[in-house]
Amino acid sequence: MADKKIRVLVAKPGLDGHDRGAKVVARALRDAGMEVIYTGLRQTVDQIVEAADSEDVDVVALSLLSGAHNTLFPEVVEGLKAKGMGDVLVIGGGVIPAADIPGLEEAGVKAIFTPGTPTKDIIDFIKANV
Amino acid sequence: MEFSMKDFWNGSRRALARAITIVENEQDGYEEIMKEIYHHTGRAQVIGVTGAPGAGKSTLSDNLVKFYRKMGKTVGVCAIDPTSPFSGGAILGDRIRMNDLTLDQGVYIRSMGTRGSLGGLSRKTADAVKLMDAWGLDVIFIETVGVGQSEVDIVKNADTTLVVLVPGLGDDIQAIKAGILEIGDVFTINKCDRDGADRLNVEIEMMLDLGEAQDWRPPIERTIANEGQGIEDVVNGLNEHRKYLEESGLLEERRRERVRTEMAEMIHDRISRHVMKEITETGKFADYVEQVYERQTDPYTVVDSIVGDIFK
Repeated sequence: MADKKIRVLVAKPGLDGHDRGAKVVARALRDAGMEVIYTGLRQTVDQIVEAADSEDVDVVALSLLSGAHNTLFPEVVEGLKAKGMGDVLVIGGGVIPAADIPGLEEAGVKAIFTPGTPTKDIIDFIKANV
Repeated sequence: MEFSMKDFWNGSRRALARAITIVENEQDGYEEIMKEIYHHTGRAQVIGVTGAPGAGKSTLSDNLVKFYRKMGKTVGVCAIDPTSPFSGGAILGDRIRMNDLTLDQGVYIRSMGTRGSLGGLSRKTADAVKLMDAWGLDVIFIETVGVGQSEVDIVKNADTTLVVLVPGLGDDIQAIKAGILEIGDVFTINKCDRDGADRLNVEIEMMLDLGEAQDWRPPIERTIANEGQGIEDVVNGLNEHRKYLEESGLLEERRRERVRTEMAEMIHDRISRHVMKEITETGKFADYVEQVYERQTDPYTVVDSIVGDIFK
């Protein structure tokens, strides 16, 4: 058997136009040996779910800085479940207030990584949970 | 999710996506999947899109897919990007240019890393294309990594190869070198509003004139892909070539040749894995390396004895 590579969709839902963070994470995951599919800015929930489906990813990593995380992150989780992809690991990052994190985790986002997180933490989390 | 061939034949996209993963990773059961689908392949029109990094392959593919969709065809895209030789990871970014297509249920896009393959494709591209073909997609685009001069594996996988060029990349000697300019069935000069498009056109014409006269003269189209200009011309060129392939019998010839190389590669692969497994697991290989390094023997003698031992 060839190596099973971890495939990650790095996606930016919503309307903010800042993807520096997403690119830094994408690069770090690449350097950790993962295949990262990056789809660019301003994706709808449906687009993200469809791309995750077609690409058969193990992880969906959402990056969002606009403040709409409480709406959009859970919608992605639900959309994946509806596609029969409930086993996909969903994680999030961006400017997310600490107070919102428990609610997001309850909604099925397995971890939230806020600014300043070493990329190694994200890599370790993915490797431990896929 | 458990994979089932029944879902695959029922047209489940989830099953197609999972089948490609299983085959790409050579997970248990992948050969059974390929055996089952093989008889259902050979129906799709397979088009290769190749060219230098940044030439506009993804943007052009995006437009071509939309055009074929308007003609009522279902379309698959296999988009290859390079895998890092150091980490084994990859950033697959071709979808960025194809976001409009994501929600179209008549389009299936799959990104793949080269995973160590050097010819512009991945080793499993051909299998992914077969899966898409058997699943029922009418037209399949294979988009290679951004290529230099010699990554020409695409010709072994596509019925028609579209070479995407942009003005201003080199002098006229580039055009007569061997390599990707030899494999174009259709050429397009993308970003043709830039300086040098006319000159590039002349250079390609000259290159084609210098070659032996063929039945098929590759047309040279001009596009500005991000504005959607010239797409229809390219589609016409691709379809003309398809017609030529069918009428001349060349399609059968190319596909027969493909079966030949594919099987030769599979045999080569199987044997070399077997041999490497034998000699690495027994620890013999490490000993031989040491002996050769110490100049106690030489690699030719060692290889003779290794291969001789296995194929008695």
